[in-house]
Amino acid sequence: MYTGKIRQILLITDGCSNQGEDPIAMAALAKEQGITVNVIGVMEQDVIDEKGMTEIEGIAASGGGVSQIVYAKQLSQTVQMVTRKAMNQTIQGVVNRELQQILGRSQTMEDLPPEKRGEVMEVVDELGETVDLEVLILVDTSASMKQKLETVKEALLDLSLSLTARTGNNHFSVFVFPGKKNPVEKLLDWTPKLQSLTSIFSQLSTGGITPTGPALRTALASFEEKRSLRSLLSNDDESYFEESV
Amino acid sequence: MMMNHTLKSQYRVSPGTTIIGKWHSNRYMIIKELGFGANGVVYLAKHDEAQVALKMSDNGMSIISEVNVLKSFAKVQGSVSLGPSLLDVDDWQTNRGMVSFYVMEYIHGPDLLSFLQQKGKAWMPVLFLQLLNDLAKLHENGWVFGDLKPENLIIAGPPPKIRCIDVGGTTIQGRAIKEFTEFYDRGYWGLGSRKAEATYDLFAVAMIIINTAYPKRFTKTTGGISQLRGAIRERPELLLYESVIVKALQGHYKTAKQMRAELLDCMHEHPVPDRMKGNSPAQKPKSAKPHQTSQPLTRQRYRKSKKKRGRMEFIMITIGVAVLLYILCIFF
Repeated sequence: MYTGKIRQILLITDGCSNQGEDPIAMAALAKEQGITVNVIGVMEQDVIDEKGMTEIEGIAASGGGVSQIVYAKQLSQTVQMVTRKAMNQTIQGVVNRELQQILGRSQTMEDLPPEKRGEVMEVVDELGETVDLEVLILVDTSASMKQKLETVKEALLDLSLSLTARTGNNHFSVFVFPGKKNPVEKLLDWTPKLQSLTSIFSQLSTGGITPTGPALRTALASFEEKRSLRSLLSNDDESYFEESV
Repeated sequence: MMMNHTLKSQYRVSPGTTIIGKWHSNRYMIIKELGFGANGVVYLAKHDEAQVALKMSDNGMSIISEVNVLKSFAKVQGSVSLGPSLLDVDDWQTNRGMVSFYVMEYIHGPDLLSFLQQKGKAWMPVLFLQLLNDLAKLHENGWVFGDLKPENLIIAGPPPKIRCIDVGGTTIQGRAIKEFTEFYDRGYWGLGSRKAEATYDLFAVAMIIINTAYPKRFTKTTGGISQLRGAIRERPELLLYESVIVKALQGHYKTAKQMRAELLDCMHEHPVPDRMKGNSPAQKPKSAKPHQTSQPLTRQRYRKSKKKRGRMEFIMITIGVAVLLYILCIFF
């Protein structure tokens, strides 16, 4: 069985970026490095404007991931659903590539008769259960997010609950933007458990600009750091699932 | 491959449309939409004069995943099973691209909560005994239902039989639960993991029992067993089953059979009056409960007063004998 690793960025925001590089370009860069970018747009009563909406969909599209706009109340359920869906998409991408190698260039799962597809799906399900997952969570802490941070915390703890029920390993890291001093700040370094968030999250201050692009760039750097650190410790090559469309 | 970047897009088909399968060439005429969810839309359709349910989704993968579950259900099942039986799987070529669909038995009837509203609470234990029986079979075969909730539970018949119309959450034991609804999820209440285990389903069953007394549900405040126990104690009709519900919520039943047996014991201890119509479901059990608990209480008091009377008689006789002896002493 192929044991690779799935790497994702989960961006939680409530609107438009207003500083630094284009987040859509940064998301495209992530995808090139085999990292999927998913975006969740959180609403309160207010509606996310057209511009914010376009940006959210744009980031997910160029990041090869999933986007969803939700009311703060439904955040928990959505965060885990989006993460899971994106993970399955990535696995399906990999399985499809393997199929193409076996069956010939233009063949994908949809070209198989329904009976055969079921067997392939079992492989996809199995991989979803056992694959290692790295999720970097980027939380927008601009002023308008203040009321929603408690809900975001709940949703992240809930995500951890869902993912740790799997057999495969999980690694999480959390960044906020803007930070106290820098545009982007690391809140939690790579860890298998998100529980430690509870205390850190209550001390968060909100305010200022929304540097979504720089936040994504920092996230990519963090993945790179993690990879090089691990290759120092062990010599074996890491294999990553990469998105194919 | 086909990619969905948003979860909301959903393909809709208007009534009267005929769907012809690409692989098996079966024809289905859409009658109406029955419902929709995150994983697709279900239609009532006609095939060879028979009514069937047809589920369609932009996401071919979720369709295939559910078909796998339905197929394994078919292996489990005895006569009539919890889930619908699978009739066909195919693709449909539309001008928007290929859409996957599967066809299943059309299970017709009111959902669990509406049924109890109409027929009265006397049906409640019966339906739950049926449900636990079906779950026991499912668990024995290595599966966990996952997304159990009253909206998905249909009372088919007559004779009334509980069936489940959405198998999308069914998961192999030991894996992570695929799909869930917060109110019925033990993780949400802080009472366990999201690993697919028999205890996960039994927690959901307990929450559905609570749900029958709280049709609008309630939200988490403190969470945990204390909030849920509080909710049970506020509803007299739940009080009868308190011990069973609480044990299921805490994961004390390892099998559905155990929970079923104790639910049945509850019935013997507290027989539900056989005529309780659903007009005032919250009040009827209230009038029934003091009656049931007062009976043993009176009996106990009766015994106690009888004992007291016996003691009085004993004292009177003793005093009488003493007085008699005293008089005898004086005179002789």
